[in-house]
Amino acid sequence: MKPSIRNWSIPWLRVGSLILFIAIWQLAAEFVDRQILPGPYQVLLSVIDHIDRGELVFHLLATLARVLISFVFAMALGVALGIVMGRNRNWDAALDGVLILALNLPALVTIILCYLWFGLGEFAAILAVAINKFPVVVVNMREGARAVDQDLLQVAKVFRLEWRKRWFQVYLPQLYPYLLASARSGLALVWKIVLVVELLGRSNGVGFQLGIYFQFFDITSILAYSFAFIAVVMAIEYLLITPLDRRLMGWRP
Amino acid sequence: MIEVDVSRKAYRQDHDLSELVVLRDIRFSVEPGQFCCIVGPSGCGKTSLLNMISGLDEDFSGSVRIDGGAPSAGPPPGYMFQSSRLMPWLRVRENVDLVTNDSAARENVDELLREIGLEDFVDAYPGQLSGGMRRRVALARAIINEPSLLLLDEPFLSLDTPVANRLRRLLIDVCGRRSSTVLFVTHDLREALYLADRVLFISSRPGEIVLDHLVDIPRPRVPEGEDIELLRLELLKKDPQLLSGLVENDENSHQG
Repeated sequence: MKPSIRNWSIPWLRVGSLILFIAIWQLAAEFVDRQILPGPYQVLLSVIDHIDRGELVFHLLATLARVLISFVFAMALGVALGIVMGRNRNWDAALDGVLILALNLPALVTIILCYLWFGLGEFAAILAVAINKFPVVVVNMREGARAVDQDLLQVAKVFRLEWRKRWFQVYLPQLYPYLLASARSGLALVWKIVLVVELLGRSNGVGFQLGIYFQFFDITSILAYSFAFIAVVMAIEYLLITPLDRRLMGWRP
Repeated sequence: MIEVDVSRKAYRQDHDLSELVVLRDIRFSVEPGQFCCIVGPSGCGKTSLLNMISGLDEDFSGSVRIDGGAPSAGPPPGYMFQSSRLMPWLRVRENVDLVTNDSAARENVDELLREIGLEDFVDAYPGQLSGGMRRRVALARAIINEPSLLLLDEPFLSLDTPVANRLRRLLIDVCGRRSSTVLFVTHDLREALYLADRVLFISSRPGEIVLDHLVDIPRPRVPEGEDIELLRLELLKKDPQLLSGLVENDENSHQG
């Protein structure tokens, strides 16, 4: 333990880098046309303005709902299949080819195909996002299931632990780092794809709004919407995933 | 009653697909309540033997019966592996509590941890403990249910002598209380003669039983006492080949 580093310099480094970023942005904005690169303060005003008019929160919530549904869907199925493939060589051999195909399928292709096959509806939109995220989770969890410590499973076996203890206290904790990594990278990936899905085929959500401001060449509003949603994703990270990480991984020295 | 009749145990080696025979023609039975030490050099298949008796390893020629049935059919044994094998995400108390199979054992966890000198570390994670302390937790986990069969794989290796002697006394206590059958693997002959009712000597690979000796030193015994030393020298004189390949009291020379 290095308390001196833990206690004060890490938070300051975080805040400091953020302030530096805003300062550079402000500086750059001074030299460029306001239309092309609005300053941070201008964007902040725009965020407040859009909130006042009520549309930002509405579209934000629409996007957030899509993100959460497709995220949960992709995680649940991805974790299950990843564990199966990591544990069983036959399943792994049978599905590995399809998995590589799915990994390399461009997001745009799945989105277009889903809209064409299932119509321009909510189901197609969420399915397209989930399909993009799903193979990444599978690959990650398969790695985790392969790395499971057989010695510890032998302990569970020899003491004849009941399945709940075996699963929740011996097996699953070994996968927590992989689960958390999947959740982190997944959240970032999913919301980016949701915006594309909304741009191409929905009539609400952040992606839909960005499409409109693109047509109006309204860079300030585009940045306002982007930062508003990044703030939401960061809130999820700090309020949900980081505390979960501390709870699950607190044993690490 | 444990009946072991193993004609052959071999491992396939990955690099050339040849087979490595580790045990051959191992036949013995252990009476209920007997404390039986298995002594032999590193790599002679002692751990394999314990894995077969625990029911973990079923891939061998021959049979292992416990009270007439398969090892996995009877009550779970207590097993202390050669490495501590604690769950790093569970605290010390939780690690022991994990394997308890009734409420009496659950209530006993703190008492047992106090007896093995870990009362100040019940809430620590294994990663915060020294290697010796982790071994003690593993011992607590093996004996918490006071099992009728206890399997111990070099449990006191690399512990300093006073601690090891304290744990040896505790072990004798616990086993006496429940009259557990114990199979205790070691390569320290003094330790074996201090603890055991009976010592099985296994040769180097492929392991075969070379001597089956009943220890008649009366209890309570003194660790490293004179009678133990005399018996040790007598055994070595009788059969100088007994401990060939076995490095005594050299804790660092040990390999898995």
